[in-house]
Amino acid sequence: MFKRMQSPVAPEQDGFELCVDGTPITAQNGETVALAMLNAGIVPFRHTAVSGQARAPLCLMGVCFDCMVEIDGRLVQSCMVDARPGMRVTLLTGARDIGAAE
Amino acid sequence: MTTRECDLLVIGGGPAGMAAANAGAALGLKTLLMDEQMQAGGQIYRNINGVSGHLGALLGPDYLHGRELAARLRGSAVETHFGTLVWEVTADREVSAQKNGQSFRLRAKQIIAASGAMERASPVPGWTLPGVMNAGAAQIALKSGASLPAGRVVLAGGGPLLFLVACQLMDAGAEITAIVETSPAANLLRALPHLPTALTAPAYLIKGLSMMRKIRVAGIPWFRQASALSIDGRQQVEAVRFHSRGQDQRIAADVVLLHHGIIPNTQIGRMLRIEHAWNQGQLCWHPILDSWGETSSPGIRIAGDGGGIAGALAAEASGMIAAYGAAYTLGKITEPERDRGTAMMRRLLDRHRRIRPFLDALYQPPEWLLQPSDDVVVCRCEEVTAGRIRKMASQGCTGPNQTKFFSRCGMGPCQGRICGLPVTQILARELRRDPGEVGAYRIRPPLKPIPIGSLAALDSTTTTGDDYGN
Repeated sequence: MFKRMQSPVAPEQDGFELCVDGTPITAQNGETVALAMLNAGIVPFRHTAVSGQARAPLCLMGVCFDCMVEIDGRLVQSCMVDARPGMRVTLLTGARDIGAAE
Repeated sequence: MTTRECDLLVIGGGPAGMAAANAGAALGLKTLLMDEQMQAGGQIYRNINGVSGHLGALLGPDYLHGRELAARLRGSAVETHFGTLVWEVTADREVSAQKNGQSFRLRAKQIIAASGAMERASPVPGWTLPGVMNAGAAQIALKSGASLPAGRVVLAGGGPLLFLVACQLMDAGAEITAIVETSPAANLLRALPHLPTALTAPAYLIKGLSMMRKIRVAGIPWFRQASALSIDGRQQVEAVRFHSRGQDQRIAADVVLLHHGIIPNTQIGRMLRIEHAWNQGQLCWHPILDSWGETSSPGIRIAGDGGGIAGALAAEASGMIAAYGAAYTLGKITEPERDRGTAMMRRLLDRHRRIRPFLDALYQPPEWLLQPSDDVVVCRCEEVTAGRIRKMASQGCTGPNQTKFFSRCGMGPCQGRICGLPVTQILARELRRDPGEVGAYRIRPPLKPIPIGSLAALDSTTTTGDDYGN
């Protein structure tokens, strides 16, 4: 849904990898997880717990919670977390099943 | 063990927060600054310390102005804590915050909350579809990660930021296929009486005109006085629909950027139960402040756009004024020193505010946006529609806090940040009352959801705060 700007002076850096639902994506230094996911073309970010609607970020500044994902086991706003090599991101798919394992 | 103390805690690292912290430290206050983001700058100066020369030049001198504030902060005695979420502030100025997944407490003699602004919600049919974002979000992607929306981009709404984002995205190489202005024709008449005042500080007007000229010269289709805005799509955005130029329009799009002005982020003040007033000019709440930024809760001040929308330069001035107010209260400076030290900032503040009545009237959001049709989702988290809110009003619901009981409206993870204003406005219309009487959501700690594990270190015997920040 997003793309990185072509810079006439600074060639694109190599970046690093993180994993979204088991699939590696490339992020650049300084990108938040949300921006790395947008640049990787991940749509949607989640399905709502209420009706299963598809959602992606609205605000990118920590207000809307539509970029919510699970990172290394924690629910977070992905726009408020810097991407790091090796992060494991899990997308949310509707309401949690309370009776499920864990 | 004792809770850690400081003279001044500044919450928020945007222009108001940086200016307040810099001034506080310079006046000899032991000053801490906390911000949830990983870097100083807030949204307006986002990534100001890391931006490349090329991107900085593209974003322009108004953005690069933030460099000076950020450099002064780095060279100051301010103890900064980024990546730190303040989740509770009490009236006796005890603060709970979380950093690296752990919560800690501290006490501040004075607090300046500079939590800034956010974009007004634009609840139109289809606004929950992936690919629909706030215009400010695209600007954040540009500033923070040199990224821009891919494919066909349509900007819809009204206000200076809409044009600024359009110009910056154009320069960055985005494909803007249309600008859809929703400001009604009547706004111009309402704005005209404020033009003479705006002309006494003409820099903003000149910038606005030059942005509009740039868009015209680029030949981007520009629709005005659009109404009946909606967004089509199944799994994500496919097109924007609206009525303009006497007919129904449909424009294919991959990304739609909405913007209907910015409003103060009042979550901290609401949590503190400080007094707020409804601002009929800006159609939002603002906290009631004295001339030193102090709220109805002694020792707690609000600076910057969180106290009322006036822009980054006004925010900087109000941050400094609040810090002088704090230093005077703590006996660090005398009354003449306080007044002399802030005289120039007061003149600046006055000048930067002169454009506001004109802009507020010119870009007042259209009635159809403030009163969405029944099928539009207003509370995005709990998926509560405008129709459901109206029905609650007819069933005897008298204010936003009762809609929570009826429908969970405003009780999702965003805690009413997005839907708070529209819910108040819809209820006010249905109940035929003033929004100021209808009121706003009651906000309770934690200000954002935090994991239970974060509280582990918080029991009274271990609350030292000594080891936070490691």
